Amino acid sequence: MAGLTLRGIGKTFGDTAVLNNIDLDIADGEFLTLVGPSGCGKSTLLRIIAGLESQDRGSVSIGGTSVDHMRPHERRIAMVFQNYALYPHMSVFDNIALPLTMTRLSLFERLPLMRHLSLRRRRVMDEIAREVRVVAEQLRIETFFHRRPGQLSGGQRQRVALGRAMVRHPQAFLMDEPLSNLDAKLRVHMRGELTELHARLGATMVYVTHDQIEAMTMSDRLAVMDHGEILQLGTPADVYELPATIAVAQFIGSPAINLFPARVGSGGQIELLGRTLPIDVRNAPAPELTIGVRPEAMRIGGGPCTITCRLRRRENLGSESILHFDLVASPEVPVLCRIDNGMPIPEGEVTLAFEPRDCHVFDNNGRRIEVESRNAASRDVRRASEVR
Amino acid sequence: MRISATIARPPAPVAVRMRRLVSLALVHAVLISGAVFMLLPFVFMLTSAIKPPGEIFEATFRLWPRQFYGWQNFDSALNTAPLLRFLFNGLVVCGGILVVQLLVAIPCAYALAKLSFPGRPILFSLVLLGLCIPVQAPSLPLYIAFAELGILNTYLSMMLPFFLSVFAIFLFRQFFKSYPDEIIQAARLDGVGEFEIVWRIVVPSAWPAIAAFSIFSVVAHWNDLYWPLIVVSDTKLATPPLGMMYFADSELGSNYGALAAGATIITAPLVVAFLIARRHFIAGITMTGIK
Repeated sequence: MAGLTLRGIGKTFGDTAVLNNIDLDIADGEFLTLVGPSGCGKSTLLRIIAGLESQDRGSVSIGGTSVDHMRPHERRIAMVFQNYALYPHMSVFDNIALPLTMTRLSLFERLPLMRHLSLRRRRVMDEIAREVRVVAEQLRIETFFHRRPGQLSGGQRQRVALGRAMVRHPQAFLMDEPLSNLDAKLRVHMRGELTELHARLGATMVYVTHDQIEAMTMSDRLAVMDHGEILQLGTPADVYELPATIAVAQFIGSPAINLFPARVGSGGQIELLGRTLPIDVRNAPAPELTIGVRPEAMRIGGGPCTITCRLRRRENLGSESILHFDLVASPEVPVLCRIDNGMPIPEGEVTLAFEPRDCHVFDNNGRRIEVESRNAASRDVRRASEVR
Repeated sequence: MRISATIARPPAPVAVRMRRLVSLALVHAVLISGAVFMLLPFVFMLTSAIKPPGEIFEATFRLWPRQFYGWQNFDSALNTAPLLRFLFNGLVVCGGILVVQLLVAIPCAYALAKLSFPGRPILFSLVLLGLCIPVQAPSLPLYIAFAELGILNTYLSMMLPFFLSVFAIFLFRQFFKSYPDEIIQAARLDGVGEFEIVWRIVVPSAWPAIAAFSIFSVVAHWNDLYWPLIVVSDTKLATPPLGMMYFADSELGSNYGALAAGATIITAPLVVAFLIARRHFIAGITMTGIK
């Protein structure tokens, strides 16, 4: 196992810049997720780490040594693909054993007929079979060793692909949306299995996904990417609680964050829909602001910060409901509120309230502004300790 | 689709069913007439092979002769002309051509389909251009070159011009194009070199295309009269069509029954091979989108 270091990675396809100056340090044994909408460059970054694609600028090091001029297999990295990429004509056993046979047998010993002439081959193959069996037992796939990938279910194929990655004891695992071809239930299950696997192997894993729930639940740290840049890098809690930009705030968290247009009012406080909120924003670079409030921070009732809305529809999730509102003042702005079921569902015009400390304030460029509110100070301390 | 198949269709009214039946009958009538048109020469060949000389040109056509003369016809075909020798020659030439064609075309096609290197579009256009050149065009320079090299009247001279098949490169390139990139990338990560990726990973999935191409290639070269006629004058090296031509000229002369029997013998291997590979052949053609 080893850590990874990326310095100034840039990549251009034709005229479009896919990656801009990416710097990233991934610690030994860390589970780091690259998350972002499709086309944000996360998969390209993963493929550059693997050596399947070459960067235009910058360098990649694994375990402290530069791997820029190494071929993919020399980097000793394993990758799990979205569509599993198993060899369709080989049995499960052969699929998992292939990385080992390629490195341990000579070309002569791999030839179809010649191999019977080699005495060493048999010994090496026995050893490989033993190692394949160890991996297969960990993943519980030894019962279908002789089947072909086409005869397996999605989850089983996923395990075989993991086995093929694990058997080489790579320096790091790269995973490119490995769960997105599975059905919802299996995805939740495999999420747990992957997390446990990471804990058991203590392996460095770089995981690419567009699913923010996977990113939140599995990672030690996550890097939110968009337009070829890392918008924010931090722990899941950090990114959720202190989103650095509007894009991050919109991407992380489900249902999505509520955003309201606001401005710096007289006296340096936020003016939202004609009301003044007790939040000091004198450090804002421009008078235009955007206020973000998560649906789970909204509640029905009064308080220091309120907005008036009209209920449009209700989504019942069983234990809770998502209420969809429109702002009365400007009906094109949707407002979401998450409430526990059992609470009365309001009708007509409703007053929604939130606490000043739950407000995320963004400037006219979409960047977060640190504001004076009750809990801000303690949060800054924690953030500083995490970023170091 | 599966759902609609499991739901029982309500019985259609009689008029609708009649219309369906009539259109079905019409379609089949057209197809059957086409099939008859194409099969008739074969039928004529087969019946002539078992007819005595007097019956072949009778005014009324009969499927089965009054007097069964098959043994005599096949006997004289096999004994007058060295048919087995011709078949063997055909096998050597077609087999040799096919093996080298596959060995050359598959790596070329893989490179054109999956590797990116400068000049790839130009090379591919050259392949397409090559498809447009008929074999007859370069035959004179080839003949002169072979004469200079002193390889006329050899197996090699019959095979050499066909070793590089642009059609094969084109066909396999189209097939490999649809092969998932991720599997090739996974193989690269697993330490499989490019040549082994071709032969160990990609080719095992390309059997339908290989079967389809093999049929095209073997049929073309088994039936080829033009090129062997140019480079071979030794009867011992003659391929089946060339051998038949020699014997139609000389020994068998006007013994049409024996000639038909000989023709039956030399077409049989191809028909049998096609019947065996039929399913792969059709799958290969539909998969590459080539008709």
